[in-house]
This record gives sequence, C-alpha cells and structure tokens, in this order.
Amino acid sequence: MTNPILATHGITKTFGALKACDKVSIELRPGEIHAVIGPNGAGKSTLIKQICGNLTPDAGRIELLGRDVTGLSTQARAGAGLARTFQVSALAMEDTALQNVTLGALGARGGAFSMFRSALNNSALRSTAMDALGRVGLADQAATRTAELSHGQRRQLEIAVALTLKPKAFIMDEPMAGMGAEGSKRMTGFLDRLREQAPILLVEHDMDAVFALADRLSVLVYGKIIATGTVAEIRANAQVRHAYLGGDA
Amino acid sequence: MNREFLINMVLLLGLAVVPLWAMAGDAPFTITLATKVAILALAGVGLNIALGIGGLISLGHAAFFGIGGYAMGILASHAQSYTALMEWPILIEGTKFMPVIWLVAVAASALAALVIGALSLRTSGVYFIMITLAFGQMFYFFAISWPAYGGEDGLSIYVRNGFPGLNTLVPIHFFGICYSLLVLALWFNACLAKSPFGLALNASRQCPERVETVGLSPFRLRLTAFVISGAITGLSGALFADLNRFVSPTMFSWQTSGEIMVFIILGGVGRLYGPVAGAALFITLEHFLGGLSEYWHIYLGVLLLLVVLFARGGIIGMLAGRQVAHD
Repeated sequence: MTNPILATHGITKTFGALKACDKVSIELRPGEIHAVIGPNGAGKSTLIKQICGNLTPDAGRIELLGRDVTGLSTQARAGAGLARTFQVSALAMEDTALQNVTLGALGARGGAFSMFRSALNNSALRSTAMDALGRVGLADQAATRTAELSHGQRRQLEIAVALTLKPKAFIMDEPMAGMGAEGSKRMTGFLDRLREQAPILLVEHDMDAVFALADRLSVLVYGKIIATGTVAEIRANAQVRHAYLGGDA
Repeated sequence: MNREFLINMVLLLGLAVVPLWAMAGDAPFTITLATKVAILALAGVGLNIALGIGGLISLGHAAFFGIGGYAMGILASHAQSYTALMEWPILIEGTKFMPVIWLVAVAASALAALVIGALSLRTSGVYFIMITLAFGQMFYFFAISWPAYGGEDGLSIYVRNGFPGLNTLVPIHFFGICYSLLVLALWFNACLAKSPFGLALNASRQCPERVETVGLSPFRLRLTAFVISGAITGLSGALFADLNRFVSPTMFSWQTSGEIMVFIILGGVGRLYGPVAGAALFITLEHFLGGLSEYWHIYLGVLLLLVVLFARGGIIGMLAGRQVAHD
C-alpha cells in the first residue's frame, strides 16, 4: 500500500464536557477524494481546524507526507503543502479576483516582503494567478472586485487561490455550500479532475456530490468515526444507515 | 488617468505653489504654514501605512512623532552646549547636521515601533487602540519627568539645524526640504501599496484567515508595516521640532496621536494623498478659525462628524468617488 499524503492518528479534542473529536484517525491517500460526512455538530469543522492548525489537538498526531506537523502553525502547514478552502468564503472582499489569487501565488513563493515592485505586473506571479483563475473559469472576472462576484464565483475563487499554492493535499470545507444545482454539478466535474493533481479531503453535505466523487468515505458522528470505506461499503453499513443516512436508505 | 490622480497632483502642486507665491509676496508666515502642512502630512503618510493599508488603529503614533522630535532636540542641544552625549564606552557628540539627525530619528522610532508593535499586535480591535495609547502615554510621562532635557518645559534649540548647500533659516529652503521628504514618502507609499507586501498587508486587514491559509504571517506583515509607519512618523517629528526649534512633551501627548489620525480621516483613510488633504485642511482651519475663536476645535469637531457620517472616503473620496482597484 502507498503511504498516505495526510494522516491523523487518534486526534482528540474536548471543549469542556463535549468531546468534539474522539480518537479520530483518517488517511488521505494519493489520488483519492476522501469525503468526511456526518450530521451537524459531528465535529467535522473541529477536525478540519485541527488538520489546518487553527486548533491544537489535546492528544494524537497529524502527519503530512510522513512528517509530524502537529506542532506547526497554520502558515507553516500551508507552506508544507496544505491548501484549505473555507465553508464561508474567506477572501479579501475589496480586492479584485486577480489580487486574491495573486496573494496565493505570493504565499506559494514563500514571502511577501518586497516593497518596490508591483505585484500585479510581476510576470511569474501573474501567470500563476491567471492560470489558476483560468482553470476555475474565472479568467474573464480577473478585474472584478470580489464583493461583486456571485456566491458561486466566490466559491470558485476560493478553489483558485488553493490551486496557486500547488499543494500536496486539498482540504475543502463544503465547496458546494450554497451553490445552485448547475454550479454544484460543474464543481463536481472540476473536483473529479482535480484529484489527479493532489488528493482532496472533502467535507460536504451535498450527498449526490459526495457519492459521485468520493473514493472513500468516513462517517463522523459525535466526534467519532463510526465507519470508513468505499461508497458501496458505506451504503451497505447498517450502523451508518441507522445513524445518518436514515433507516430506509 | 483617473480623477483621484488628478486631484492628488493638484494637491501636491498647490502645496508647492502656495509658498512660492508667498515668497514672491513676502509673506514668510504663509511659507511656515505650508511647511507645517508638509510635515504633518508626512506624519499622516506614516500612520496611513499602518491604518489605511494595515487597518491598525494606532492611537500611539505620538510616541514616534515625539521620539523623532526628541532625537533632534537631544542631539542639537548637546551640539549647542558643546557637551558630549556620551563619553563612555564610545564618544558620541551632538550634531546640528540634519541628515544625521533624520537617520537617528528614523532608527530610534523604528526601534520603538518594533518593540511596541511586537507587544501590541498580539491584540486587536479596541485592545490594540488602548495598548498603543498606553505606550504613547508612557513616553509622554517619561518626557515630562526627565529633567535632563527640559522636562515639562521642553527644550529650545536656538538655531535651526543645517543641511549642506541650503540655508535652513530661509523659510523657503526649509520648506523645500520638508516638501521633498514628503514627496519621497508619498512615492514610497505608492510603491508599497502596489507591491507584494502591500497586497498581502491589505489582505491581512480584510481577511487574516486567508493570508494565513496561503502560508503568510499576518503578524509579521503588520509588524513590518508598523515599523515603517513609526519610522516615517518619527522623521516628521524631527522636522516638526526643527520647524519650531522647540521640543516639548506635547509632541508625545495623545492629542497629537489624535490629530494625526484626524488628518487621515478628513482626507480619506487608505487614500494615498488623504493625509496631505487632511493636514492642509486642518492647518487652514486652524489658521482662519483659530483667529476667530480660541475654541475653533468645535468647528473641527462638527466637520469631522460630517465627514465620518456622510463622506466615508474623506475629502479625496468625496471628490474622486469610489476607490478604483489597482488595474
């Protein structure tokens, strides 16, 4: 078996009496989309925050490419190859789409302390940025202020920023959230091709998308992973059907 | 070419033409007023880098303004009394040479900004405002209780410091120096705003999570901006002290921090020439309304209120319309 790109080993996080994350072990293998599903409050966001470094687990380890990153900051993890997209678009709203992706290109370059040259006229940065915009289909919106983009376009822009980082793994928190059926379908097609570039840990509520995309699924309930497996295995799992998919699924 | 650029050029040319015209009409006081505008605008340009681009509401910039002022005062007072500043371990003498004074002012205020910033930038919002205010007040009370350099009475420098090739006592020469430094700072600010650093700093103000997620540190970006900001404000403090040939703890007072912020708010937060417009308006009002009533700040208050309520982009925003995104 190939080594996982990203792995958590028994990470645990408690808030007071609440166990938001209970000995969660999850693996993201090369080329796969691994979906994490679970009802609201199951601890999906807590899991993502720990993986990306916004929260420190009380116990357990997180490894990226075999390297222990548990103690690293969010920035350091991004530098090490984690690209996250947010559930609620986190973008510089007053800036243009191009400026937002250029920020990603700057991050990938590893520093933003040059003060005398124009960022947007830098050909290397610009080509990385325009390339990412082109891939998500936003090339013609490069000069539009992010605040004026539609909700769906902002979701695409989030992905474009992640692309500029040339990451080893994508962590996507509900990329389809609030998208219409059409947009959701297009995004599904896009993510389907994206897995060849880097594996995706996908938290998503849109079950059609999850079943269409996921190579493997993990089901998170009350902070615990109750099952991990292929789509078929999960569909057949009685415990999952009972806990989450509904008895008659 | 857009409207904001035109307005900026009119402002910059206007600031140069007024003293030249005053020189022709033999009105040296008007030149002094224009010099004051240039110096205070420079202080505003400094704060605008932290406040306008970085979103750092510092109510402690008087600390840097005062440090610049005292750098000048201390060096020049030793030079005029022919006493060394320090004899051991190395001999440091005072100086009346402007470039050296500027260098010391910039270095000292940058260092102070590094320390203050490193501590204050761990907080945000109201706490940041309060902690920067507290640092400013610390310097204020320190200056009051430091008898070696005048304490509460301040420090008089009898002859303005020198600059090679110019007679700084001629008002228009000193204006030329201040104006050139202002133009230099504006040019630097314009570069910075479009640079990778400016882009990342601007994004840290709007969405720090995003900046972290691409692998950059908002803290380091802000700290760098704060240091640059403090250094520029420190330079203007040295010039301000030279203009008045007098340094006093007032330069450290929180009212000074407030005034620098008022220039920016009047002119337009984050607008490159906002501090120039704001400082020009402030000094004009101070001159004309101050002549009518000692309580002219009441009118300033009303104006400030109107700008905040109805013209969020300040004067520049009102005249130029919405800020255009860089291409």
